[in-house]
Amino acid sequence: MASAVSSLSRSAGSTTRPLATRDALWLRYTLTAVALGFLALFLVLPLVAVFAEAFRRGIGAYFAALNDPDGLHALKLTLLTAGLAVPANLVFGVAAAWCIAKFTFPGKSLLITLIDLPFAVSPVISGLIYVLLFGAQGWYGHYLDAEQPWLPGLQAWLIEQDFKIIFAVPGIVLATTFVTFPFIARELIPLMQTQGNDEEYAAITLGANGWQTFWKVTLPNIKWGLFYGVILCNARAMGEFGAVSVVSGHIRGETNTLPLHVEILYNEYQFVGAFAAASILALLALVTLVLKSLVEWAHARRHA
Amino acid sequence: MSRSHRSVIPGFGLSLGLTLTYLSLIVLLPLSAAFIKTLGMSWDDFWTAVASPRVVASYRISFLASLAAASVNCVFGLVVAWVLVRYPFPGRRIVDALVDLPFALPTAVAGIALTALYAPNGWIGALVAPYGVKIAFTEIGIFIALTFIGLPFVVRTLQPIIEELEPEFEEASASLGANRWQTLRRVIFPQLVPALLTGFAMAFARALGEYGSVVFISGNMPMRTEITPLLIITKLEQYDYAGATAIAVVMLGASFLMLLVINLLQKWSRRHHAV
Repeated sequence: MASAVSSLSRSAGSTTRPLATRDALWLRYTLTAVALGFLALFLVLPLVAVFAEAFRRGIGAYFAALNDPDGLHALKLTLLTAGLAVPANLVFGVAAAWCIAKFTFPGKSLLITLIDLPFAVSPVISGLIYVLLFGAQGWYGHYLDAEQPWLPGLQAWLIEQDFKIIFAVPGIVLATTFVTFPFIARELIPLMQTQGNDEEYAAITLGANGWQTFWKVTLPNIKWGLFYGVILCNARAMGEFGAVSVVSGHIRGETNTLPLHVEILYNEYQFVGAFAAASILALLALVTLVLKSLVEWAHARRHA
Repeated sequence: MSRSHRSVIPGFGLSLGLTLTYLSLIVLLPLSAAFIKTLGMSWDDFWTAVASPRVVASYRISFLASLAAASVNCVFGLVVAWVLVRYPFPGRRIVDALVDLPFALPTAVAGIALTALYAPNGWIGALVAPYGVKIAFTEIGIFIALTFIGLPFVVRTLQPIIEELEPEFEEASASLGANRWQTLRRVIFPQLVPALLTGFAMAFARALGEYGSVVFISGNMPMRTEITPLLIITKLEQYDYAGATAIAVVMLGASFLMLLVINLLQKWSRRHHAV
């Protein structure tokens, strides 16, 4: 679904048009005003509100609110989660794009649809399914309670380590991985499909092996698409709220990511703290938009 | 293009194996858990869980608010996409980048920001409060959050189509004596319909499942402003796993239906523009 939304394959800009296809000046100004007014109301104003609320009590209160051990822990957990989910989805995305773009096999379009599936699932349900699998009532819970489990050594070890998945870090990482699953694959598949196989054929004919072909021929060709996918994947991984909210259990200083920390502070009426933490996430979103535009610009220049 | 997996390019087995394993472990197995869990319920239990008045009220509010938000996005998304492609103005690139803000901004941040704006003491809420209008903590608040979330879908689906419009059609229309309005309505608009419907369906599908941006502004009153995803969370907090899963299965059914509709619309759109 996001493929139509964020793609490098979009070309940009229009040139001067002939007179007959130009709109009257009043129409241009009216439509531009309507568009900018709508965007200002719906996009700019909320963004401004985040910072205005964060600095409501002044800069001192803002930094005091940021310097909060639970908040720092939440930030660390957010970075850890993205640091695990994004590379996992990166490896998967490259593998999926490789087999889909370079080969023909039955069931390929079904595979592409299945890769898109997590985009169609509500974040809340993305969390719920992991609770069903790994919660105390789920398959994992039953395994820990089983009288005669398969691999009894593993069960004993898991119980000894008190290894929890739900309401613990592994569940947060899993739910985040699910939610961000399609981003990189969706970016790479169409890119590698349009690039075709000619350069790879040439490399292999000249005696390169598979890995050499991948590292020296394919990777340089897809690097912008890869970077683009990683930026989008990372933004979603750090900002995910619904799915993580279901599996985290909201334990302060333990299983709170930054978005969950924002929610807790907000519900406790600590508005400056909530908006200060939110301002960090908003800055992250702005950095994402800037990087995304830079990649689009670099890509357009290369293909101009 | 290679014909089969006996291609000279290596790595088919490795890449497909890795893809299928990872897809099964992360996506297919967990999703199937929801369906397996509901199979264990009796039909009566399932029906009680998914058709009780409170649940039906949540479907109604989720459906209507998503429909309204996607419709408004169609109108303004069309204007925004048209202006961004056709009318150069200073700062256009910045505005264009900003359209993706709802994708980049975490939904919880959007949620509290919108609530701060539209609450009775907020910048916009305070403007309308004297007229007895409440926005936050009502259906209108849900609608606003869903509009925020859905906007980029419509704009980004329309933009490439508007860029690729052949100017010859417009010139022909003008030289045959049509005025600009007739050209816009009769020549340009019909070419945009498939993409507009695709964008609408995407925004609608996203809005149905949205949670983070809505939960703060909606007020969460049962029967009135409780959306379906929130009801799933409420059931989970009451340890009613079967009830939560039954509602989730209904929502998954709706999502898969929307995915099918979007795929068909995209195919139609592609055929439309291949001509």
